[in-house]
Amino acid sequence: MILKTKLFGHTYEFKSLREVMAKANEEKSGDKLAGIAAEDAQERVAAKVVLSQISLNDIRNTPAVPYEEDEVTRIIQDGVNETIFSEFKNMTVAEFREWLLDENTTGTMIRRASRGITSEIVAAVCKLMSNLDLIYAAKKMRVSAHCNTTIGLPGTFSSRLQPNHTTDDPKGIMASVMEGLSLGCGDAVIGLNPVDDSVESVARILKSFDEFKNKWEVPTQICVLAHVTTQTEAADKFNAPIDLMFQSIAGSQKGNEAFGLNGKMLEEGRDMMLRKGTSTGPNVMYFETGQGSELSSEAHNGWDQVTMEARCYGFAKKFQPFLVNTVVGFIGPEYLYDSKQVIRAGLEDHFMGKLTGVPMGCDACYTNHMKADQNDIENLATLLVAAGCNYIMGVPEGDDCMLMYQCTGFHEAAALREVFGLRPIKEFDMWLEKMGFSENGKLTPKAGDASVFMTK
Amino acid sequence: MDQKDLKAIIEQVLSEMHITGDTAKAATAAVQEACTSGTCSQIEEGCIPDVTEVDIRTQYLVKNPEHGEEYAELKAHAPCRLGIGKAGARYKTMPQLQFRAAHSAAQDAVFNDVDHDFVEKEMGLFIVQTQCDSKDVYLTRPDLGRKLSPEAVQTLKERCKKSPTVQIYVADGLSSAAVAANIPDLLPALLQGLQSYKIDVGTPFFVKYGRVGVMDEISELLDAEVTCTLIGERPGLITAESMSAYIAYRATVGMPEARRTVLSNIHRNGTIPSEAGAHIAEIIKIMLEKKASGTDLKL
Repeated sequence: MILKTKLFGHTYEFKSLREVMAKANEEKSGDKLAGIAAEDAQERVAAKVVLSQISLNDIRNTPAVPYEEDEVTRIIQDGVNETIFSEFKNMTVAEFREWLLDENTTGTMIRRASRGITSEIVAAVCKLMSNLDLIYAAKKMRVSAHCNTTIGLPGTFSSRLQPNHTTDDPKGIMASVMEGLSLGCGDAVIGLNPVDDSVESVARILKSFDEFKNKWEVPTQICVLAHVTTQTEAADKFNAPIDLMFQSIAGSQKGNEAFGLNGKMLEEGRDMMLRKGTSTGPNVMYFETGQGSELSSEAHNGWDQVTMEARCYGFAKKFQPFLVNTVVGFIGPEYLYDSKQVIRAGLEDHFMGKLTGVPMGCDACYTNHMKADQNDIENLATLLVAAGCNYIMGVPEGDDCMLMYQCTGFHEAAALREVFGLRPIKEFDMWLEKMGFSENGKLTPKAGDASVFMTK
Repeated sequence: MDQKDLKAIIEQVLSEMHITGDTAKAATAAVQEACTSGTCSQIEEGCIPDVTEVDIRTQYLVKNPEHGEEYAELKAHAPCRLGIGKAGARYKTMPQLQFRAAHSAAQDAVFNDVDHDFVEKEMGLFIVQTQCDSKDVYLTRPDLGRKLSPEAVQTLKERCKKSPTVQIYVADGLSSAAVAANIPDLLPALLQGLQSYKIDVGTPFFVKYGRVGVMDEISELLDAEVTCTLIGERPGLITAESMSAYIAYRATVGMPEARRTVLSNIHRNGTIPSEAGAHIAEIIKIMLEKKASGTDLKL
């Protein structure tokens, strides 16, 4: 492993692979905050040059957190198929990048490779990709999963209906659910971020979702995004109907501890879902991630936010999720400064998730203290669809009044489907036609009239 | 309307006015000439209604809804942008402009500095700064927003009363608009409330580019028993003027966040500033009695 190069005759020498990985990143305010970013544009390129010549074997042997200290590392390393790894281990990162982009490399071949690489390898190759590279390579990779319906099939594009409410008012939540469905939103999941995460409240909302779903025969899944232990208790104590179990995850054991979480709890949660959950499965888990969360809980071990994010996907894969999405711009400008950084991060995360082999979506979003606006997030959503992203979010006009941030609105998934010639998940598409909200993949004049659900 | 329609209308008007012959022809030609050259659009008196005054809960833009009355009643339970209809698979123009207006207020609240004249002359507060020297640094370096600049330390030592029972100060946080909107009512109400309890209050001031955590250094520096910061919250689209009060008993640098008591959502449509002031004074009184704050204090 050579850690030295020259650029315009000037020598750049790095002390460790960790330093190379951090400095090879595109500019992010979070890496600067951590004090590990490249000093200037030229040093950034020098790090990319050095990284391009490192073998996948060397990268696998340098996990971000030592194997003995960290269960996320153990889960990722123990999950590697050694036969497949041995086919790739002598490639350099540059060669692996070109293999992914090669016209003869198919999605199926990449899917097989996913089983033989670690998250650090996924992150390394991401750092050598341009934005269009990230789109071009990700477009080949379809990762589908089945809960009640199948997400991620070619020709489809889905959305999560996020009916958040400032006080969890049941009527207000249902008004949002109805309008979202009437605009073709919600085939990925109807999923609420609760204000009140008490077991009783979570169970009550799940029951109201289940009742509505059954009454109107909506072919989708339901979820309330509380802590995994709260959801388990809601199912155990109150027989709460759960199609998908949610949890926020991080890329290191320490990061997960900040979420009050470990791998065993997820294993138990998944077991509970398979025994008691209301969905068909086998994919019954829903995870959210986002660059920078490890640094914010001082759990990054000196590594960059792209690498730590890749490790979230490696950790997620073990639990065979139905949905994984990065909440890419939620964390704020100290990690992703502006629209340029958030767009880059969204494309990176989607690519890395798919290369890891998880069914990837994205909450394309921003907070009001970031230098970004709705135009930027519409740009990101459009690029993600071009990249073959499984799903985005849908909230009323992109304004989440509870989480106080903005993301994509109910209208965005529908518009993007029409622009790209895509459809919702088949059963959901047929349901929309039955309800009169869409015809041949286009919204009808009736779409957006949530009052049709007020009949019974 | 095309040229032909226009000509027909003018001819009709003229005939109704009994103007005929060459005069009419000349008039028609003149009006047409004026319109095609764009000079007939006159600036009119009047004012387009304020799009930000629309109540989102009652606005209902869906055309011919099946059960409109029932849904309008339901959606009134949500503060979100519902019942907004569509143009194709996109938004209608009015809700799109309402959204942009709300976001513009949020952005201006974050990125504009608080008016120094307002703080110094109208509120009578002197200004000190954290180690952030610009808004950009403030937004990207939360660690520097938690530390006072050396000049600030000096100024506070010189100008503030030592070892007060309660130290109150105002910080911009993430909303300059929150300071301008709430402090004129909030700060006097709070000071009056404390006075009525006969609680000793230190010298109030303003911290520019301040994060919540800077209160710990201030508390140690001035040796305050209770420290209370009134700070602008990160704006949402519902309001850009929301303010919070963070209060702690014997705050120290490095103490757990759980030791802060928070009263949030202070703005004209939330907890109104004058009421909030009285409420904070009451919390401080209890805090002094129990000698605890945050999760250690049951209110």
